[in-house]
Amino acid sequence: MTLNVTDLAIARAGIPVLEGVNFTLEPGRALILRGPNGIGKTTLLRTLAGLQPPLSGSIQGAEDQVAYAAHSDGLKPTLTVTENLVFWASVFGTVDIEPALDAFDLKGLSDRHAGNLSAGQKRRLGLARMLVTGRPIWILDEPTVSLDRNAVDMFASAVRRHLETGGSALIATHIDLGLEGEVLDVGPNKAKPKPIDDFDGGFL
Amino acid sequence: MIALLLRDLKLSFRAGGGFGLGLAFFLIVTVLVPFSVGPQSALLSTIAPGVLWLGALLACLLSLDRLLALDWEDGSLDLLATAPLPLESVVTIKALAHWITTGLPLVLVAPVLGVLLNLPVPGFSWLVISLLIGTPALSVIGTFGAALTVGLKRGGLLLSLLVLPLYVPTLIFGAEVARRGATGMETSAPVLMLAGITAASVALLPFASAAVLRINLR
Repeated sequence: MTLNVTDLAIARAGIPVLEGVNFTLEPGRALILRGPNGIGKTTLLRTLAGLQPPLSGSIQGAEDQVAYAAHSDGLKPTLTVTENLVFWASVFGTVDIEPALDAFDLKGLSDRHAGNLSAGQKRRLGLARMLVTGRPIWILDEPTVSLDRNAVDMFASAVRRHLETGGSALIATHIDLGLEGEVLDVGPNKAKPKPIDDFDGGFL
Repeated sequence: MIALLLRDLKLSFRAGGGFGLGLAFFLIVTVLVPFSVGPQSALLSTIAPGVLWLGALLACLLSLDRLLALDWEDGSLDLLATAPLPLESVVTIKALAHWITTGLPLVLVAPVLGVLLNLPVPGFSWLVISLLIGTPALSVIGTFGAALTVGLKRGGLLLSLLVLPLYVPTLIFGAEVARRGATGMETSAPVLMLAGITAASVALLPFASAAVLRINLR
């Protein structure tokens, strides 16, 4: 499934942040989203995930194809690692959570309550959730926060396997994941302030 | 959908899940009433249906602020909104889970508390029937309030202020069924009104809750 974004403009809290965003994400490709803090990367990803409407422009191919990982992992502290994953697997209509546990080395932690995990372990569990969604397009917002070097490699190889099986990924990150993918720098797409029209100018 | 229901039930029974809080609150309020109005049994049996209904309503209100707020805080509400489940069914399931963990126990324990307030014998069955019909509306209306205030810090008080006025029709007709039942009067009119309010809330409010939730998640 190809994700096609044309001339997208988005706003955060009513203030336009990005405009004229264009890109195509083909199956098997990764796109690394870069840009300074506050430019609107998270807002862009939330828009693509369907959590908020764009100001203008179009998004094609995202409907029911996107798995989204936000800053927070959406884990329930009083459920075990397995229970958390099984829940998301059944919400997305998949059954097998073993590959996800294996990919992020969570086997030994599977009976622990998610509330007792360290920050990095929680993140690994949050990322393992992507594997049980069965969705082809992954949208990841700063996935490597609080991961150690080893876990970053685990994550990179999980993404690589996902790409090899025809999936695609859009990743906002500041570190080098060692993935072969194009870089989308949204810095130049910063929304320009609206020019003062005659009505507004009348007050000045 | 079953998975979400089971998860919510499981969460409410686990540590810190809040199961039983509403029940304990209901018990304490009912026990406090004879202390405050005095031990005249005639007076108590007159006010029993109304007091029990009010107590059940407040106990329901108590757990509403956790209904969506917890899922919002840990980010799972965002993830649920991007999952294949429509938000309408998410809020319906959440309301159902709230009813099973809060409303249903209140219905079951109400006859026992009726004894404490000297509720007249014919009133017991009507009290249970009125609560059984009325409490689902309390959960659904409460879910709507929770959806309106999700994402607000300290939204709990605002939630109560928004939801209590919406509870008025359910309280009026629910308590009326129990009162008429207790005094041996005809109950069919308030039962029908109460059932109508519940049916309309269950049918319409999930759409409203999902709509406000979509706006609040932006």
